[in-house]
Amino acid sequence: MKIIVCIKQVPDTKGGVKFKPDGTLDRGAMLSIMNPDDKAGLEAALTLKDKYGAEVTVLSMGLPKAEDVLREALAMGADKAILVTDRVLGGADTWATSTTIAGAIRNLDYDLIITGRQAIDGDTAQVGPQISEHLNIPVISYAQKIEIDGDYVIVERQFDDRYHVLKAKMPCLVTALSELNKPRYMTPGGIFDAYDAEITQWGRADLKDVDDSNLGLSGSPTKIAKASDKVRKGAGEKVVLDTEESVKYIMQKLTEKHII
Amino acid sequence: MDLNDYKGVFIFAQQVDNKIDNIAYELIGKGKELAAALGTDVTAVLAGYNVKGLADSLAEYGADRVIVVDDPALEVYMTEPYTHAIASVIKKFKPEIMLVGATAIGRDLGPRVSARVATGLTADCTFLEIGTFHEKENQLLMTRPAFGGNTIATIACPDNRPQMATVRPGVMQKLDPTPGAKAEVVEYNPGFTPDHKYVEILKVVKEVAATADIMDAKILVSGGRGMGSPENFGMLEELAEALGGMVSCSRAVVDAGWKPKAMQVGQTGKTVRPKLYIACGISGAIQHLAGMEESDVIIAINKDETAPIFDVADYGIVGDVKKIVPKLTEAIKNSKA
Repeated sequence: MKIIVCIKQVPDTKGGVKFKPDGTLDRGAMLSIMNPDDKAGLEAALTLKDKYGAEVTVLSMGLPKAEDVLREALAMGADKAILVTDRVLGGADTWATSTTIAGAIRNLDYDLIITGRQAIDGDTAQVGPQISEHLNIPVISYAQKIEIDGDYVIVERQFDDRYHVLKAKMPCLVTALSELNKPRYMTPGGIFDAYDAEITQWGRADLKDVDDSNLGLSGSPTKIAKASDKVRKGAGEKVVLDTEESVKYIMQKLTEKHII
Repeated sequence: MDLNDYKGVFIFAQQVDNKIDNIAYELIGKGKELAAALGTDVTAVLAGYNVKGLADSLAEYGADRVIVVDDPALEVYMTEPYTHAIASVIKKFKPEIMLVGATAIGRDLGPRVSARVATGLTADCTFLEIGTFHEKENQLLMTRPAFGGNTIATIACPDNRPQMATVRPGVMQKLDPTPGAKAEVVEYNPGFTPDHKYVEILKVVKEVAATADIMDAKILVSGGRGMGSPENFGMLEELAEALGGMVSCSRAVVDAGWKPKAMQVGQTGKTVRPKLYIACGISGAIQHLAGMEESDVIIAINKDETAPIFDVADYGIVGDVKKIVPKLTEAIKNSKA
């Protein structure tokens, strides 16, 4: 079985997040990480590999430094890594991104494609389903469990108050939730090997069956009219009181605001 | 693509178990405003099986026209038949705007439909208006938070139609219903032939009994990991009851298995804007803040005085939530006695 996992390098919003005095985000203070939903997708692929045997290829589209997350994936146990990087692909919206990734995937054999549900920088959850549409294969979103049964993949798809158990014939694309599992750590041997491993680099010329008019900033149907860091509502009062005084304080505020 | 061929504001009227979801009414409410600015009307697209009877309620909330796609293939939400239904409606009726709720269903359906009809899609919009983009008039300007709510971007889709957006539930206002209002009902069935993209459904498992939705609550008492244990949520239930509110929670609580996903506030949970939000033992990751910072009044109780929740709280109390909450409940009960 051949599995492709799509991963994205994103700025970490946990821990390293710092605000500037004006209330906006201090991006300089953030580290780059493998997107958490994608990492869960990779773990799911590696679990299937352990159980059934599979070749796992990780694919990322991004700047040359996205190589870091591909090496991390190799150190976790992925077999091959491909980086799609080219200046003409920059500034892509989800349509142009999914067109690019589909164009790369058309060069590969696969039974299963796994993507994260969404990336923590854009939060759109669009690229996975759009890739599947471009490749004309079925999609199952929000997987909380993935199993294989012969030529079929069986997935628990989470919705708000219920989940569906679905069965799709492969090839199929599945989007993974970070709740799916707890990703394994890189192994020391894996880190050593990944350091030297070859990462395949593809550019525009390597994409199959895609038109220039659907790529990069100019090929993106959606355009940014304006973007700004959100100025958060400022902090209000903060008090340190004993329990009795704290209760009195809250009661006074609830009364002032006509809540009680 | 001749953009002038595309007219009207369409909304996807999501239904589950043949009950219209609130998001449909919210989208009609916003759609009416956009349609008024464009001098056009609002069409609700209702897909399902035996759903025609639901058209009247869409009319009462303001839909001028309802397109009903009724077919056994649409009984339970499945990506491919629903994509086929909505993409076919778009190809036949050519709307200039197509709004879909940013629900679990809408966020699965929207991208697939947009890719099939080859247009852009803006996710999780919190503000929509008609305006000018690069000297092109009457464009849909779609505003959305990104980066866990830390940046705001306004997006346009000037050269493709329809202009598609998913819209966050609980943000747009629905109109007051007009009892007895009628809409033009158009039945349309593009035909459903299962192919390799159809996925078989083996089982539907409902995890929690249908309960009231935290998005409708006027007062929310919300608990985080700082509550220490699932048992300690009992004191939050009592406080919520005394205030006439409901209990919600942070993602950490859901991840720990203490509470179901339906109670989660935040970027990957629900967006809430109650009159009062009391954050109990919630540190306030930015993804959480994105889901609740529009609340009218925010009170935070946390023993860590550096917790980010205090950055958005109107009133922050540094202290032991497990000691304060029971006494607060008692004080509220006494004040009402």
